[in-house]
Amino acid sequence: MSERAQLLLAIADDELVLGWRDSEWTGIAPFLEEDVAFSSIAQNEIGHARALYELAAQELCTSADELAFDRQPEEYRCSRLVELRLPEWERTIARHVLYEEADEARLERLKSSDDGELAGLAAKIDREEAYHRMHAQMWSDRLRDEPRFQAALEELRPLVNVREGHSPEFAELWEQMTEVRRSQPAGTTW
Amino acid sequence: MIYEVFRQERKGQAFQHAGSIEAPDERFAEWYAREQYGRRGESTALWIAPRYALHPIEDFVDELNRNYHRVDGYPLKEKLKEARERAGTTSPRDR
Repeated sequence: MSERAQLLLAIADDELVLGWRDSEWTGIAPFLEEDVAFSSIAQNEIGHARALYELAAQELCTSADELAFDRQPEEYRCSRLVELRLPEWERTIARHVLYEEADEARLERLKSSDDGELAGLAAKIDREEAYHRMHAQMWSDRLRDEPRFQAALEELRPLVNVREGHSPEFAELWEQMTEVRRSQPAGTTW
Repeated sequence: MIYEVFRQERKGQAFQHAGSIEAPDERFAEWYAREQYGRRGESTALWIAPRYALHPIEDFVDELNRNYHRVDGYPLKEKLKEARERAGTTSPRDR
C-alpha cells in the first residue's frame, strides 16, 4: 500500500473512531445544547472520514464503506487516543482538545502538500475543524482550573500519536461498529 | 443563562425571533446559535442577546376604549359604500 493510502487511512480511521466515540454522548451530554453541539461534531468527523476513505478507495480500487467497515481490527490505523471509551465529560473534553491540536498541525501539513486532491480536501476539512477548535478552546478555558481536567490532559497526552497495536477497548468497538455489515454476506446491497 | 436568537434569512430582510438557547456564557451561546440556526445556510446573520437585556412590554391599557386607534375600530367598507352611492358610482369590482 502506498504511503499516501496509508496516511489517508490513518486520518480517516482517526476521524471515524473519534466520531463514533463522540456520538456516544448523544442523548447523555451534560446539558441539551451541548448534546446537540457535540453530536454535530461527531457527525462532522464521520463526514470527514467518509471523504478521506473515498479518496483512498479510488487509489485502492475499493469503496469507502468497505474501508470503513469491512477491514479486520488489526488493519485499522487510528491512534490510541481516539479508541478509548471515555464516559467522563472532562476526559472527553481533554481528548477533544488534544485531538484538535494534533489534527490542526496535521491539516496544516496536508494543505501544503503537492498532491492537489489531498491538499484540497484538507483545506475543506480544516474549514469545518476551525469550528471544532473554537468549541474545544471554549471548553478548555472553562475547565482550565479543574484538577480533574488537568489530570485527564496529563493522562491522555502521551496517547496522541501511538498507532502501534490497539487498546483492549478497540476490539469491542470494532465488534459493534462492523456488526451490521458482518450480519450479511459480503457484497450485500443495503 | 438564556439567550434569545434572532435570524435574518436574506440580506435586507427584517430579523425575526428564531428561538432561545441556554448557554453558560456568550461564547457558548454564539457557538450553539451558529449550530442551531446557521449551519444549514438558513440565515445570513444572527443576533444573540441575553434574555435579561430585552425589555418586554405586555400590558396595553385602553381604559377609554378608544377603538379609533385600532384598525378594527374604523371599518371602511360601509363608509365607502355610502360614499359611492352618493357619488352614483359602483365598486371597481362590479364594473
